[in-house]
Amino acid sequence: MDLLEFARGPALQVAAYILVGGTLWRLIGIILLKEKPDFSEPRKSGGLPAALKVIWTRAFTADPFKKATLYPKMMAYVMHIGLFAVIFLFTPHIVFFEGWTGFDWPGLPNNVIYLLGVATVVSGIALLVRRLTSPVLKLISNFDDYFSWFVTMLPLVTGLLIPVRALFRYEDLLAIHILSVCLLLVWLPFGKLGHTFLVFITRGTTGMVFERRGAKT
Amino acid sequence: MKYGPTVGEVLQAKGVSRRGFLKYCATTASLLALPPSMIPRIAAAIENARRPSVIWLSFQECTGCTESLTRSASPTVEGLIFDAISLDYHHTLQAAAGEQAEAARHAAMEENDGGYLVLVDGSIPTANAGYSTIAGISNVDMLMDTVKGAAAVVAIGSCAAFGGLPGADPNPTGAVGVQDLVKDKPVVNVPGCPPIPMVMTAVLAQFLTFGTIPDLDKHGRPLAFFGNTIHDRCYRRPFYEQGKFAETFDDEGAKAGWCLYKLGCKGPTTYNACATVKWNQGTSFPIESGHPCLGCSEPRFWDKGGFYQPLSTGHFGSGAKLGGAAVAGVALGVAAAAAGRRRQAKFTKEA
Repeated sequence: MDLLEFARGPALQVAAYILVGGTLWRLIGIILLKEKPDFSEPRKSGGLPAALKVIWTRAFTADPFKKATLYPKMMAYVMHIGLFAVIFLFTPHIVFFEGWTGFDWPGLPNNVIYLLGVATVVSGIALLVRRLTSPVLKLISNFDDYFSWFVTMLPLVTGLLIPVRALFRYEDLLAIHILSVCLLLVWLPFGKLGHTFLVFITRGTTGMVFERRGAKT
Repeated sequence: MKYGPTVGEVLQAKGVSRRGFLKYCATTASLLALPPSMIPRIAAAIENARRPSVIWLSFQECTGCTESLTRSASPTVEGLIFDAISLDYHHTLQAAAGEQAEAARHAAMEENDGGYLVLVDGSIPTANAGYSTIAGISNVDMLMDTVKGAAAVVAIGSCAAFGGLPGADPNPTGAVGVQDLVKDKPVVNVPGCPPIPMVMTAVLAQFLTFGTIPDLDKHGRPLAFFGNTIHDRCYRRPFYEQGKFAETFDDEGAKAGWCLYKLGCKGPTTYNACATVKWNQGTSFPIESGHPCLGCSEPRFWDKGGFYQPLSTGHFGSGAKLGGAAVAGVALGVAAAAAGRRRQAKFTKEA
């Protein structure tokens, strides 16, 4: 078994088991928690509309913070949109998902994906530099923040090395890329990258709680 | 050593023109990545070389490699170079049979001790000596006996190089390639199913010219021919970059000659010269004929997923194991939530 076969086979299988098992563990562990008792009189009814409202409004910056957070917000948008395009609109990735789920969809030309990949890496580096230079961010950052950044950037960088055949042969670069994805999948449910599947649950919950208390959302 | 006619004399007798011969030498120099100044040296070396003795051993094989070389549509200089060597032993091509054939092999070994080449096609069974025998001699014994006095060994085709089809899972005969058994002689792998004739003769041309074997990659293949992937040299590569793919063998994309990646093309991970040297006197190669590359020059290509399964498809194993992981995740989640609820109840009570 060569490195590529190992990456595409056993490594990917184990990573998929951990991703699925870990995600369900965290999701169910949180969803089944008992709500905190709230003895105050509800100002508004809350419920699903309140949750959906906050999921939408929190995608944008509130007016008072717009100027101060413009730069990181822009970088975060570039990074997240870039990540989405690179993961879901690159044809070899679509073929990968099709092999897993049976569904496929149209992709973007590879050259467009390469450009978006570079933009995503640049925005990631910009965000890391900000984290390292901002005294407040530096203070509240821990291993989870830096490791989550590392495992997100690694597949992007190793993926971008493939078309230019840098450092290693194609099959070795592909194997390294897949192994870096395996690392991402293994870490995803347990660290801050868990926001991939928790973001709308946490924002929705915040929306319902705030609405009940009469806060402006 | 035998002192028969030189290779040049044989080629002349066969009616090969000087121009045609020099063209072959120039092509060989180019393929071996040698400077143009080496062309006269190659020509002189090949012309003046005494016919080198070659013993061709065929083990667990389909004769496709020999067919590839001998069944070309019209005689080629490559084919004639093969005619020019002293092929002292070859099951398919020799007239002798039985004890006479074996006597010819022993005679060639004795007369050319230390200087002959051994070409092998077919894999060697190791699970049981009786699986494949020639004149009552097992393949392993014949190979090890023959290579003793050889200058070098050339493994022709993927079976001889890596075990090939006989070595595919579950490999009932314990088939292995030459390099797995021969450790004390230079072994050059010329894999492919079959290999390109020009690659076989270029290795011989290098041996005749310099008395050396070419630079090899990690799988023992000549770098001059196996240094680039099919994908890197494929004329359909621009379509890959543009995201234009044939989805089926008869859709508009296939008719327009778009990339065959989604139809399982193994070009990105396959090192060979098909896209540049091509087949049938430079007519085309499989991708040009509309079929994805199978990756036949790579080790264990039979066992690397389906031929029509795209390269980036993951091998996830059984769905049952993934389901098991999901069930375990749910169980852990329920247990974690129960523990959390107990803690919540305790705090609420205390409050």
